[in-house]
Amino acid sequence: MKKVFIYSSFERFWHWTQAALIVMLMLSGFEIHGSYVLWGFEKSVQLHRHLAWGLIVLWAFAIFWHFTTGNWRQYIPTTQKLAEVAIYYTKGIFEHLPHPYKLTKLRKHNPLQRLAYLFFKLIISPATWISGLLYMYFTEWTAWGLAGYLSLFWVAGIHTAAAFLMMAFFCGHVYMAFVCSPITAHIRAMITGYEEVEEDE
Amino acid sequence: MRTFFLLIVLAWMTTGTAFGAADNSGSPDLFGRIGNTSSADHHKLAILQGPFKNGPQVTKVCLTCHTESAKHVMATKHWTWNFSNKVTGQNLGKLSVLNSFCGSPHSNWTVCSDCHVGYGWKPNGIPIDARAYDFTNESNVDCLVCHDTTGEYHKSPEDGGQVFDLAEVAMSVGRTSRKTCGKCHFFGGGGDGVKHGDMDSSLYSPNRSLDVHMHAGGLNFNCTTCHTTIGHQIAGSRYTPKAKDLHGIDVPGWTDATRTSCESCHGFTPHPKHPRLNNHARRVACQTCHIPFLARGGKKTKIWWDWSTATRLNSEGKPFSEKDADGYETYTSQKGTFRWASQIVPEYFWFNGLIQYTLPGDPIANERPLKINNISGSYGDSGSRIWPFKVMQGKQAYDPVQHKLLIVHTAGDDDSALWKHFNWDKAIKAGMASVNDTSYSGKYDFVETKMYWPAAHMVAPVADALKCTECHSRNGRLANLTGFYMPGRDRFPLMDTLGWILVAIVSIGSLSHAALRIYFDVKERR
Ligand code: HEM
Repeated sequence: MKKVFIYSSFERFWHWTQAALIVMLMLSGFEIHGSYVLWGFEKSVQLHRHLAWGLIVLWAFAIFWHFTTGNWRQYIPTTQKLAEVAIYYTKGIFEHLPHPYKLTKLRKHNPLQRLAYLFFKLIISPATWISGLLYMYFTEWTAWGLAGYLSLFWVAGIHTAAAFLMMAFFCGHVYMAFVCSPITAHIRAMITGYEEVEEDE
Repeated sequence: MRTFFLLIVLAWMTTGTAFGAADNSGSPDLFGRIGNTSSADHHKLAILQGPFKNGPQVTKVCLTCHTESAKHVMATKHWTWNFSNKVTGQNLGKLSVLNSFCGSPHSNWTVCSDCHVGYGWKPNGIPIDARAYDFTNESNVDCLVCHDTTGEYHKSPEDGGQVFDLAEVAMSVGRTSRKTCGKCHFFGGGGDGVKHGDMDSSLYSPNRSLDVHMHAGGLNFNCTTCHTTIGHQIAGSRYTPKAKDLHGIDVPGWTDATRTSCESCHGFTPHPKHPRLNNHARRVACQTCHIPFLARGGKKTKIWWDWSTATRLNSEGKPFSEKDADGYETYTSQKGTFRWASQIVPEYFWFNGLIQYTLPGDPIANERPLKINNISGSYGDSGSRIWPFKVMQGKQAYDPVQHKLLIVHTAGDDDSALWKHFNWDKAIKAGMASVNDTSYSGKYDFVETKMYWPAAHMVAPVADALKCTECHSRNGRLANLTGFYMPGRDRFPLMDTLGWILVAIVSIGSLSHAALRIYFDVKERR
């Protein structure tokens, strides 16, 4: 095994900040939705609005980073080894077979991850923030000439749908973070930046 | 900017029409001035020393200086009891409408005329009706009923007759007060708090929580502080309420200078720290959150009045009454069955200020309960806002053959008054005759009715205003207002179910995967 530097400090900062923001947004969002009482509706609305801006700013930086560093290429989907990776998680992992995909700084996501993250970045995130911003500026629709095209029912519906997808993604993602050996390896990598990978033969 | 405008408005109010002058209570006005700031002390006017035999004599003296005042008063609803709604074309006013409390003043002048700003409805103690009343006689204008500051003045002989000193009352005149206005307006419908739900005698001296503006130890507003008065014309109307103020702050010279809307002083952005709430104000009337309950001053208001049970007599053939534990009448042989309530959650409707009445003589609609007044407004109409209402319900006499509401002669000493003789047929005949309506078929029945009273008084400070979840919750206060999406109240049942199922599948899938890993781990290690 050797240690490879995979996650730059910006990535790690971005990842954990985004994680914290999304957890809080999820908690406040579903309170606004009426699913439970946590901080109280009023507090949740305020929190949700402030955190939402935080997330948008963070995303703006992240998008900038992705394009300036070329890291966006990490998310180009590939079918190469896709089946192997899928078979690994449903079968090989139980037999302690090695992971069929080797990470490097240039290819830090396995093909399954690529697909999942691409879906997150292209579908879930934009749906969340576009619908969220429209939701936030509901009272400006008339002034912006949008009133005739939008209804709050649909905007809120899309926002809630995206929120559910995000929650499902989040649950799966958190679990996958521990699918490695030792189980804290990924977490440690996301903190220190170094992931242990098997040496090439 | 906001504060600046507020200051302008306050300065205008204080120097101008609303108060500052003749505050006999000794409490400081908004600028801390104590005492009488009026330019005339009526005690020093020889002409007012009396003695006076009756009210009209006082009026004649008033008019020697205030030469135009009677004409002004005579042009108001307070005098004419007549109002024409230009939009609906309906003729309204007390002489035309019928409400779901006492019905109509016609034929009932002996009681109802007490709240007319005039003398002469009962010459020699015998009531005359509107057809015989002299609406042109200036000395019939009752100046004292509004301008009395002693609290002693009473017009009605039922109040114990004229035991006070008219000259003293005349010399003590001043601006109107919560007391003078309240004497009629707090007692509408036949008693304290009966009618409105947002006005009763608790407003004589309210604390801050009951009314943030009228708070006796605070801002101490009068009715006319908001109901601005020019030439005795008083701003504000129950017939044509301003459901959405489009002017905002009323700066003299810029706008119509009426202050019967919250926006006239507070503008369109009354919550400096909460732009969210300012946005709400476009579609939600200030009253909706700031009048959290009706009848919250400790008095009850009447919410149900069933006339159909009236005229029952006890075993001795005498009228009787029943009261609830708090002393409120729940039944009287004269008036029927009542229900009262306090701390009532209002009902909420979209409202654009347009009200259509079911007038006596109109064929009644088929709906039940029949709407005595029908309010309009909708989510789709940008001139509508959500308003709180007291909804009065009950049963009233109608003609099942002619399909019309009936005017009933209730009060009087004659041989047909319902409250004396308990005979509906006679009382209806007399009531209808008083408005020259000969259509009564001879059959009467009772129809369930409903009447809407928008609430605008007993305005609560922030601490007592509604919290978000009163409405933004599954079964909140606005549960009945459909056709628009509201966060916290509405959801997407199918999607919510699917969403939670998806989350459950991912979670259970992950946990199963983990379990399998552990299982194989343990197995391998053995
Ligand atoms: C760009 C980021 C986001 C923006 C701009 C945003 C904005 C909003 C706004 C404006 C509301 C309506 C409540 C209010 O008026 O304050 C809302 C509600 C909600 N948000 Fe977000 N949000 C964002 C991110 C998220 C995230 C990440 C989640 C969860 C994963 C989420 C879940 C929800 C939920 C469930 C509701 C309630 C929807 C309803 O019941 O109508 N939001 N959001």
